[in-house]
Amino acid sequence: MTALIVLALLSSSPAYPDENRVQLKEGPARDLVLGRCAACHSQDYIPMNSPFLDRKGWEAEVNKMVKAFGAPMEPEEMARVVDYLATNYGKK
Amino acid sequence: MGTRRQFLKDLAGGAALIGSGALLPSPARAAQGTSVGPAALPAGTLETSFLEALPGKRPLIKRTYRPPNFETPLEVFDQIFTPNDAFFVRYHLPRIPEVAAADWKLEIGGDSVEKPFTLDLPSLQRDFEQVELAAVCQCSGNRRGLSDPHVAGVEWGIGAMGNARWKGVRLKDVLARAGPKKEALEVVFNGADHGSLDATPDFMKCIPIWKALDENTLLAWQMNGEPLPHWNGAPVRVVVPGWTATYWMKHVVSLQVVSQPFKNFWMSTAYRIPKGKFPVVDRFLSQETEVNTPITDMVVNSLLTSPREGQRFRPGQPVEVKGIAWDNGSGIRTVEVSADGGRSWQTAALDQDLGRFSFRGFRHAFKAGAKGEVAVLAKATNRMGASQAFELVFNPAGYHNNVVSRVTVRVG
Repeated sequence: MTALIVLALLSSSPAYPDENRVQLKEGPARDLVLGRCAACHSQDYIPMNSPFLDRKGWEAEVNKMVKAFGAPMEPEEMARVVDYLATNYGKK
Repeated sequence: MGTRRQFLKDLAGGAALIGSGALLPSPARAAQGTSVGPAALPAGTLETSFLEALPGKRPLIKRTYRPPNFETPLEVFDQIFTPNDAFFVRYHLPRIPEVAAADWKLEIGGDSVEKPFTLDLPSLQRDFEQVELAAVCQCSGNRRGLSDPHVAGVEWGIGAMGNARWKGVRLKDVLARAGPKKEALEVVFNGADHGSLDATPDFMKCIPIWKALDENTLLAWQMNGEPLPHWNGAPVRVVVPGWTATYWMKHVVSLQVVSQPFKNFWMSTAYRIPKGKFPVVDRFLSQETEVNTPITDMVVNSLLTSPREGQRFRPGQPVEVKGIAWDNGSGIRTVEVSADGGRSWQTAALDQDLGRFSFRGFRHAFKAGAKGEVAVLAKATNRMGASQAFELVFNPAGYHNNVVSRVTVRVG
């Protein structure tokens, strides 16, 4: 029965590409990054912008997300998010 | 599904391989088909770009899923008009309602009109003269991913653009019914899309009143003879020929004619170019600052669609050079082609003129010479005498990249 319902859903609604195909790297603060960023955009925005931003570059991006776009982040969280991005997606 | 995904992943790898200098032999390239982008894109972009289809679209190059940013593959530009299902998709904000044609309403108001009113689709189609023109819709950030050094943003390759026949009504005719006052300065557009958070600035843009009153600026409800696809702004979008796509508001629901400069993130901070670096023809004076100015009209540019990067030829074999050129609506005057890396240039033949805002096709042929690598270049010049750049004019947002098109082929 469940299978039938799933089949019906699949055939009636247009299929959207699955954004979870691109997953952020494991690391401290990954869950925080997902929690604060994913409400507004898919994870692929981060690896797409890599690996050319240095720590200052990622700091500027996080600042923009908070100040211009209203991402809900405390200063302490911003520091952890920048650290995750610079470590995992920063310019080497 | 897994097999298809592996296949698509391999495509991304193929693009990266070209970048490392290991050119794929032509049969492999032919089998490979669509590449996810030039090898000069950031490595992380190539790794996370796949061919994927939004509902109603054919597979396009996915740059980001949400908001959706999907790019048109190179081979589509073999056609002078970009098919609707292959036309690129660009959004800033994730909430994108499907606006049914029957429910659509456009509010026309602002402090600089005498008679605000509301328009529906039957009235738009019945009460105003219907006009159609061909025009290039190009994202300001097209080719951002090719900036050197790289800059943050959606890392577009060459396909954040398209050419279509847009049918609709003149914006000036709609504004006339509202009775614009003489102090009218700008027209502010809002679309139905919005952010997930209240704190996110809604995507609203404005153009100067003189551009709004230009006879070529349209409210379009048809594209290439069909209703606009949802992802390209159904049921009605603004068409601002000659200007970058940031002003071509999709799912437009509001026009406000105002007497004071409109300020928001999207006008005052984003979409700005440094003053003095580019030949701005259409100055947007009410939005200029001491140091920068809104991006407005497109710079003259071209794209080679043939030959393809890495294509192989035998000595003496004819090489067909083809491509498209476009600009801000001045119109393309000449396209020159070089078959020797820029040492000598020949004038290409121009295809039919489909209007000054359209892509203009060009073609040329030469015989492959001795064995080795050959760089084929194309350089367009418009009727104002502006030509493409040989060196990138770097700017922080990666706009206006019109470096001459260059493709390297192999003879031997």
